[in-house]
Amino acid sequence: MCGHCGCGDKAGTTVLNLQTGKESAMERDHHHHDHGHDHDHAHGHAHDHDGDHHHHHDDHDHHDHDHGHDGGEVIALEARILVKNEALAARNRAWFKGREILALNLVSSPGAGKTALLERTIGDLKGRMALFVIEGDQATANDGERIRAAGAPAVQVNTGAGCHLEADMVARGLKELKPGPSSVVMIENVGNLVCPAMFDLGERAKVVILSVTEGDDKPLKYPHMFRAAQIMILNKTDLLPYVDFDVARAIANARQVNPDITVLQLSARTGEGLEAWYDWLAAQAAAVRDGVFA
Amino acid sequence: MHELGITRNIVAIVGEAANGRPVSRVTLEIGKLSGVMGEAIAFCFDVVAAGTALEGARLEILEINGRARCEACAAEFDTQTLFTPCPCGSRRLVRLRGEEMLIKSMQFKEAA
Repeated sequence: MCGHCGCGDKAGTTVLNLQTGKESAMERDHHHHDHGHDHDHAHGHAHDHDGDHHHHHDDHDHHDHDHGHDGGEVIALEARILVKNEALAARNRAWFKGREILALNLVSSPGAGKTALLERTIGDLKGRMALFVIEGDQATANDGERIRAAGAPAVQVNTGAGCHLEADMVARGLKELKPGPSSVVMIENVGNLVCPAMFDLGERAKVVILSVTEGDDKPLKYPHMFRAAQIMILNKTDLLPYVDFDVARAIANARQVNPDITVLQLSARTGEGLEAWYDWLAAQAAAVRDGVFA
Repeated sequence: MHELGITRNIVAIVGEAANGRPVSRVTLEIGKLSGVMGEAIAFCFDVVAAGTALEGARLEILEINGRARCEACAAEFDTQTLFTPCPCGSRRLVRLRGEEMLIKSMQFKEAA
């Protein structure tokens, strides 16, 4: 068990199928640990960095990195760091496309109302749209249970120490969930406006939910997420009379980082504004079926 | 702290390419607008590299400044944020540089 990164078995990712009650641990890559290896501390950490890992290069022509410090062979890699996740996300995307499934990645801070919006959506669209949900949380099956109770098949992925879902977790979730052709798969990411922006899951679009009890400057504080999203939902609009949230300013801030972002205002609690969300979902589902990129 | 997962990816990719040969240096290009902090990768690196071909390797991070081209007026300009508009006022920008998350190269230790 590694105390530094929480990568041990107990903190590992688990997948719970809410339909069958079956829980399984995910075998994920742990390249960095070889707990059985023979640590030879005799070499006494030979790295010669002078406490400064950072070399600031303000021009961009530094392609000759052989500064001659150690003289060993230099191999050019030019490898994208997230290449594995990108490849798995592409596989998920092809899997969705082949089945004409609309997959959406729901992201927000904790407590913005992702699960509440899904509960309401599942209830309202019963009979109109086949919804399946992959629930991501660090721990507990609470949200998965809520989705099940609302009437949709759900799989709970617990990431343990992880702060976001990755494409392999979604692939594993899909294997349990078995969504049918032309259905909608909602992937509720871990509540976090930072890391999920970076990890493609194979979704058609990221849906970022901002509740009016948060700051209207969040699009500027977390620009990566608002830029990565295709649509921003302003939730809890029923609370607008009681908070200082400025809707126009929030939208202007979002458009500063993403001029093309679609904005919807709704209250998952009262139902106000939900028809526009359902129309958006229907249009996306139709575009998937037509194979047209909206 | 997605930098931990990112560091694991770095060590996995380099470790695979090294195929067991000890590595003395890894060079990354991290864009300043990539959403990843070089300091945090450096913080995780020694721990994640322990017990692999990268153990004890030096990590070199080249930070890449942001640069964008305006779709409206075709001007190119340096930018420190994801929300700075073009001097002409347009926000429709093509990001040219600054979002890199790349392993440029690795260097082997000299054969003993």
